[in-house]
Amino acid sequence: MSTRETLLESRAQAARQGRWQRLPLIENPRWRWGIAIGVVVYLVLALASVEVNWARVAEGAGRAVNFLSAFMQPDFVSRQKDIVAGLLESLTMTLTSTVLGVLLAIPVGLGAARNISPLPVYLVCRGIIAVSRTFQEIIIAILFVVMFGFGPLAGMITLAFATIGFMAKLLAEDIEDLDWRQVEAVRATGASWWQTMNHAVQPQVMPRLIGLSVYRLDINFRESAVIGIVGAGGIGATLNTSLSRYEYDTAAAILLIIIAIVLLCEYSSSHVRRWTQ
Amino acid sequence: MPVSLTPQGLPAWQQRTTRAQWLQYAAWLLGISLFLLCWKVISDNTMWVFVEDAGRQGSDLLSRMLPPRWDYASVLWKPMWDTLNIATLGTAIGIMMAFPVAFLAARNTTPHPLVRSVALMVIVSSRSINSLIWAMLLVTILGPGVLAGIIAIALRSIGFVGKLLYEAIEEIHPTPVEAISATGATRLQVMNYGVLPQIMPAFAGISVYRWDINIRESTVLGLVGAGGIGLQLNASINNLAWNQVSVIFIMIFATVLVSEWISARVRHAII
Repeated sequence: MSTRETLLESRAQAARQGRWQRLPLIENPRWRWGIAIGVVVYLVLALASVEVNWARVAEGAGRAVNFLSAFMQPDFVSRQKDIVAGLLESLTMTLTSTVLGVLLAIPVGLGAARNISPLPVYLVCRGIIAVSRTFQEIIIAILFVVMFGFGPLAGMITLAFATIGFMAKLLAEDIEDLDWRQVEAVRATGASWWQTMNHAVQPQVMPRLIGLSVYRLDINFRESAVIGIVGAGGIGATLNTSLSRYEYDTAAAILLIIIAIVLLCEYSSSHVRRWTQ
Repeated sequence: MPVSLTPQGLPAWQQRTTRAQWLQYAAWLLGISLFLLCWKVISDNTMWVFVEDAGRQGSDLLSRMLPPRWDYASVLWKPMWDTLNIATLGTAIGIMMAFPVAFLAARNTTPHPLVRSVALMVIVSSRSINSLIWAMLLVTILGPGVLAGIIAIALRSIGFVGKLLYEAIEEIHPTPVEAISATGATRLQVMNYGVLPQIMPAFAGISVYRWDINIRESTVLGLVGAGGIGLQLNASINNLAWNQVSVIFIMIFATVLVSEWISARVRHAII
């Protein structure tokens, strides 16, 4: 503590003589220099190991120009049937997976809140959450495509599974810091467990639950655009096909549609969240 | 909460008015019909024959994955290093690009509302396109390899870091900014001495958080050819070498756990 005080004192003296310096972000000089040297060493090692085929990159420059010009004049028409089918699959997958995921996440979330569930239930539910949150949607999609075959069903199950982890974790955290006096008040009237949940817990977490569900709907749409790459249906499959055919104008059209829908989702979800709170 | 009278003249409590109650029923009906409609579309596009033997397929898959082929791990160190590089260098480049974008997008530091809407547009388009899609585009443009992965991660990070950072800038305390401008500082000096110190902790936290997310995302970029451990994953899946796939999964799991631990520690130290 005394070294810190002398440091502050010397800073104040220097400032009085007109030599002011701002405080460093990391206070301990040993750490500061250690981190800086570590970063430089890492950068040298990393950049040395990155292999770049510059000839191929130069060749790609022409394609980049093609791609940018495709964005100026996207082609919505020539593959319209594929785009509509993919989009419909993506949207239906998004909606059903969010509904199923949230429904399944509610019991898991209740079980994962330490203040209302016994320890064994808590551990099991936390385990479910950890498994569902660790792996990327696309990795889960690979496994489910093998199990359930190609198509939107595998995608839907993937997204529902990922939704469980996300929603249950946030719901459990919300329940863990709810206002306990309301629960006590309802319990004091002689309410059963079910009635306590319904009249003391549910009203407190409902606004956040709705907000999070809408947010998750948004995320699920974005993810549904991706998991088609491994065969789980949706607009991702259409996008992948159009890119491997080098049909940049169709790909640009699909990307623009995705951006537009995400924007729409984000706008409406912020509205819904403002309305619930 | 309306109170109506029963035929006996006793007050009866209802949670909602009749109108609100009917509106709620209608909303539920609409929602459930929509869900069932969507379910029908999915079910029409599904081959139920494949779904029927899902349990058998699943247990078959599990029996092929276990035991993992541990000696395969020795091949994976180089791809793992590539994955780490993709995530770290991508995050670094992304942060560098996100920094000016965030300042242009924040309401209190933007030079002009028009510039602000352009910056917001950049943030939104970067955020709404998944890094795998970015990687897919860049692989067709730049060719397969680590470089495409790095740039994909960087482009995706701009939106995330930019959004959180500009929100942090909008929430700063105005007093230090006023104090610095009262000394006659230029615009850049106000940014440097009034705004920057206030957002630095948030900035460091956001960067480490994004790095953690990027580690997860870079593990799968190889599926579309953008380098890293995902290439090995894709090759093993195509060869149906499921005992190698399980080694890769364990490796990814461990890496994600470590990166999450590091990011949590760093953020804890900052805040």
